Amino acid sequence: MNTQDTRRPAGKKLSLKEKYALMTRGLGWDTSYEPMDKAFDQLGLEGIKIHDWDKWEDPFRLTMDAYWKYQAEKERKLYAVLDAFQQNNGHLNISDARYVNTLKLFFTGITPAEYNAHRLFAMLGRQFPGPGAAIACQMQAVDELRHVQTQIHSISQYNKYFNGLHDHTVMNDRLWYLSVPKSFFEDAISSGPFEQIIAISFALEYLLTNLVFMPFMSGAAYNGDMATVTFGFSSQSDEARHMTLGLECIKFVLEQDPGNAAIIQRYLDKWFWRGYKVLGLVSMMLDYMLPKKVMSWKEAWEIYFVQNGGSLFNDLSRYGLRMPKYWEQSVAEAEHLSHQTWNAFYNFSGAAAFHVWLPSDEDMAWLAEKYPNTFDQHYRPRIEHYRKLQAEGKRYYNPSLPMLCQTCQTPLIFTEMDDPTRTSHRQLEHDGDTYHFCSDGCRDIFAGQPDKYVSAWLPAHQILQGNCVEPGAEAAGDPGADALRYFHVVAGQDNLDYEGSPDEANWLRWKGLDKTPPAAAA
Amino acid sequence: MHTHAQQTSVPPLVRDRVDNFHGQQLLYVGWDHHTMICAPIALLVSPELRFGEVIDDLLPASAFALHPEWPQIDWAHVEWLLADSPFAPEYNATLKTQGLGHKAYLRLRTPALHGIAGSGA
Repeated sequence: MNTQDTRRPAGKKLSLKEKYALMTRGLGWDTSYEPMDKAFDQLGLEGIKIHDWDKWEDPFRLTMDAYWKYQAEKERKLYAVLDAFQQNNGHLNISDARYVNTLKLFFTGITPAEYNAHRLFAMLGRQFPGPGAAIACQMQAVDELRHVQTQIHSISQYNKYFNGLHDHTVMNDRLWYLSVPKSFFEDAISSGPFEQIIAISFALEYLLTNLVFMPFMSGAAYNGDMATVTFGFSSQSDEARHMTLGLECIKFVLEQDPGNAAIIQRYLDKWFWRGYKVLGLVSMMLDYMLPKKVMSWKEAWEIYFVQNGGSLFNDLSRYGLRMPKYWEQSVAEAEHLSHQTWNAFYNFSGAAAFHVWLPSDEDMAWLAEKYPNTFDQHYRPRIEHYRKLQAEGKRYYNPSLPMLCQTCQTPLIFTEMDDPTRTSHRQLEHDGDTYHFCSDGCRDIFAGQPDKYVSAWLPAHQILQGNCVEPGAEAAGDPGADALRYFHVVAGQDNLDYEGSPDEANWLRWKGLDKTPPAAAA
Repeated sequence: MHTHAQQTSVPPLVRDRVDNFHGQQLLYVGWDHHTMICAPIALLVSPELRFGEVIDDLLPASAFALHPEWPQIDWAHVEWLLADSPFAPEYNATLKTQGLGHKAYLRLRTPALHGIAGSGA
């Protein structure tokens, strides 16, 4: 085979422009044995019209050879830091062992989502006929796989010392609260190619990304977690590229055909609401789980969604787009979201793979300052009641199973904004069955695609159908114990309160804070 | 939008149809303005269960009974709602005969009780 490029003299280096042309656009071709629309058979299904794929602008002009070089450099730096972390017992430098519970949530909820993002972009790279878009998607597919790997390697440092990090893939498949992020990604990955890219590249990676990245990465920095800060930095430049892909994609699609805007708006309405519901987990992390606080959920939502998102939609209004439906409601709910979400985990801490605790006096003063309209009135009395019960040795655990939203799969823990202690509930009838929702947004999403959401795997219902028993294991007869084993949560070790946990006992011992005499401790 | 998988003639998988509950059905119960119980609860019940058994047997074994105001409920004056409509349960009738089918959502309201320290919790 002749590998000599005959178009220029041998030995002459390619200019960047030539390289870009040859290694991206030059890789595309039109099929001849089969018509193009059969080779790219999902493109026409959504009603989006693309007239000219060559109009796709690639703002990074990154080619595969340069990509490998950059990524390899990032990997070298990351693993040097991880080596140092390990050798210097970096896990002892965190603010408090409670902090590790945010990593447990991240590792079981978000790392598997990154893996699903890898799958999604690999499929998208195959579905788009334009080489600019296809290559950007392929690079992102590789990025996402790299993120999964670096997260596994970074967090494995913590897995040596803390509980609940031992089985993130099974937990993501089975554990009740992880069905919220899991179903979000499975909903995306089972959509058409344009919906997929709007859902993940635009709604998640562009519009809402700071609300995931900031709490975890700034949270890590504030709390002395150098391993997470390092993988955060390592993925940050990838994330910048992903955000640009999201923005480029939405502008490209909107400029291709005026009819596309209505479809894109529908996707934005849906994926904003789906994403917002997943972020409930982030809200409680900011307000309740970080020992050293970065900012409140309400502040984060104001800056990253209301202000930044607002100016973005200002820019996009020339294409006929508006802010996503129900965004005003998300602002009103910012006063309540974290308090209601953390309360759900306090209720069900027996069935979680991380620990919970009650806020200290200092934490409550902070919460009252950040939430002057709601905390003292609605949430402090409940926490003080829990405290009293705990002091009496009568800690409240919710022994029941919760009613779940058919769309976002969150228990119905949210309330009506005009009556903030009454459960927010919507329902509709479809094909002879009743379906229940946490919000208008989730009801609307169901109504748009009922055949998709009637098949939702709702953990509470699966337990009651008898489907949550570890394969090969004999049923204990107690659905709670069976479910815990099915989740791969080790009772008394991974679940329940931080106070009294093996994590706490170890931490106090390592930090020399254990006041128990050694004999009694053993 | 619908992908190819969704365009086939295969009927959608309704994962929570009543047949999957082995002769039982779901009944949800919520207690308005008592957010200590973080969400309405999901009960697995027989359609032949009498309404009185929900009050006398199932709820006392649920999260509801752990609320400090549970013992103070005046059952003669509880207001019942079926989702958003007023509902007058018959104590001795079965769920089925009074229209409480699979996935019915019952709410109880106790206007005299205002939650923990009057907070609605």
